[in-house]
Amino acid sequence: MTAVIDLGRDAAIERPAKDRNRAVRLLRRLPMNLVVVLLLIIEIYPLVWILLGSFKTQDEFLNDPFWTLPRSWDVGNYASAFSTGNLGHYILNSILTVFPALFLTLAIGVAAAFALEVLVWKGRGTILLLFLAGIMVPGQMVLLPLFSIYFNLGLTGTLWPLIITYTASGLPLTVFMVATYFRAVPREMFEAATLDGAGVIRQFWSIGVPVVRNAIFTVGLVQFFFLWNDLLIALTFTNSEDLRTIQVGLLNFTGQYGQIQYGPLFAAICVSIFGTLLLYLFLNQRVMKGLAAGSVKG
Amino acid sequence: MNSVLGSRRTALLLVGPALLVYTAITLIPILWSFGYTFFSGGLISGFTFVGVKNFQTFFTDPNAWNALGFTLRYAIIVTIGQVAVGYLLALLYVFFLRRASSFVRTVVFFPVVLPTVAVSLLFQRMFQLAPQPGPANALIHAFGGAGTDFLGHADSAFWVLIVMDIWRSMGFYAVLLFAGLVDIPDEIIESARLDGAGGWSLVRRIILPLSAPVLLSSIIFSINGTLKVFDSVVALTNGGPGNATTPLTLYMFQTAFTYGDYGYGSTIALMLTILCLLVTVFIFRGSRRDVTKA
Repeated sequence: MTAVIDLGRDAAIERPAKDRNRAVRLLRRLPMNLVVVLLLIIEIYPLVWILLGSFKTQDEFLNDPFWTLPRSWDVGNYASAFSTGNLGHYILNSILTVFPALFLTLAIGVAAAFALEVLVWKGRGTILLLFLAGIMVPGQMVLLPLFSIYFNLGLTGTLWPLIITYTASGLPLTVFMVATYFRAVPREMFEAATLDGAGVIRQFWSIGVPVVRNAIFTVGLVQFFFLWNDLLIALTFTNSEDLRTIQVGLLNFTGQYGQIQYGPLFAAICVSIFGTLLLYLFLNQRVMKGLAAGSVKG
Repeated sequence: MNSVLGSRRTALLLVGPALLVYTAITLIPILWSFGYTFFSGGLISGFTFVGVKNFQTFFTDPNAWNALGFTLRYAIIVTIGQVAVGYLLALLYVFFLRRASSFVRTVVFFPVVLPTVAVSLLFQRMFQLAPQPGPANALIHAFGGAGTDFLGHADSAFWVLIVMDIWRSMGFYAVLLFAGLVDIPDEIIESARLDGAGGWSLVRRIILPLSAPVLLSSIIFSINGTLKVFDSVVALTNGGPGNATTPLTLYMFQTAFTYGDYGYGSTIALMLTILCLLVTVFIFRGSRRDVTKA
């Protein structure tokens, strides 16, 4: 009510002063606007710098100041990062481990979440708690026994240890998040399906999965970032150069050249950064929501 | 009806594969690792039972104390930094940018999804001195200062690590806290304004208490994540110079894989797990006391 009256008075009496008011307001907001601009520069500048750097030659790195533009837009550094730096092979290893693990963890995790949240049976609370406990335990706690297990099974020297460990490491969060989404589904849907004569497996497949389809995609996206960016597990189980994932490869990247070759290094960093960035550009709202929901992982 | 949704056999069928994988690859290894703490040696040298000697070693090992001290210092500073900067950003989104905040939120969030290794290498180059000063040192030169080999000294390396990890994660905590701030009903803020609260006192007396729950969970998430810091240390400093920036996680990794001592490595991992639990419980209890006091 007061707002309406104020507005009326504004229009009637103070119209000549309106332009000046706007200028004053703009001026008052100026310091904070500068803060926002500074914030955006802090976020974006490092990426611009690394992108420009990826086109520079070794000579430009050593002799030109950091803010200069590259003298030519030569993609030679990228070619070198893939040939001498073996970047393509590392990316392939990452794809070969992350995607199978992602698929497995989602498949068995969603089924488990359905059984633990929708179905009613004795002991489900305990098992759900058991899964949740896994979120807090540091990865270091399981690495050594796993190393022994894989060693004794003769899996060392293959990508299997990575796939298996990734699958298990993604499970607690997947079960926790998907169970949360199932909780929001009205129980009547499943009860009605039961009256229509659908069995549990049928309900899981024809109702449960489609209803939380979006959630599964979000959880998959979150897990993808966790697995793709993993260093600890990859560092533990990649005992030869052949098995390195992109993170381990990038960590040892300068070793491929003997002395630091800045151009190829910057190009490799760019490939690694802009790959995930592209995904984020298209799906940013979903990624933000998903990662916030998965924040229990710390 | 309940007999269908309540069928235990089918439930076990659905939960079975996940439970099997989880038990074999997580639960059993945790117990196994606990067992290792009573042994010394490793896969190559073989294991010998040593009782509680590993725990005695841990409490008298200067390297372990050093790692523990670094872990705590790092976790406390980064947690405060992440949550404080995140909170300021969230306030900026809600009260200054308002409807227009979506773009800024998205931009500030993106470092979260970037691979830690790539970000660390990027920061190494930004803070390098030789052969060609990076942006940080060039800026210092421009203001007439002498350049520093940031990652070559224990103190400055520590702070580069802190700056990097806050840069990486502030957008994440901003979004988390933003969600909490948006949930505060407009009427409460509006009526506080009518009562004459504005600016700082509005934040301190109204908004801060109302966002306490989401702040608390942010702090718990943050401290649990930062106590386990590994990737950014390994990629940025690899624990150096010397062992000045070696957290418990990295010390455990080196003990087990560089020196081949699984028993002592497991002991360090167990200590870290206990530390995470203790800190979480401690924060929970501390916050409960505050609530009852108010």
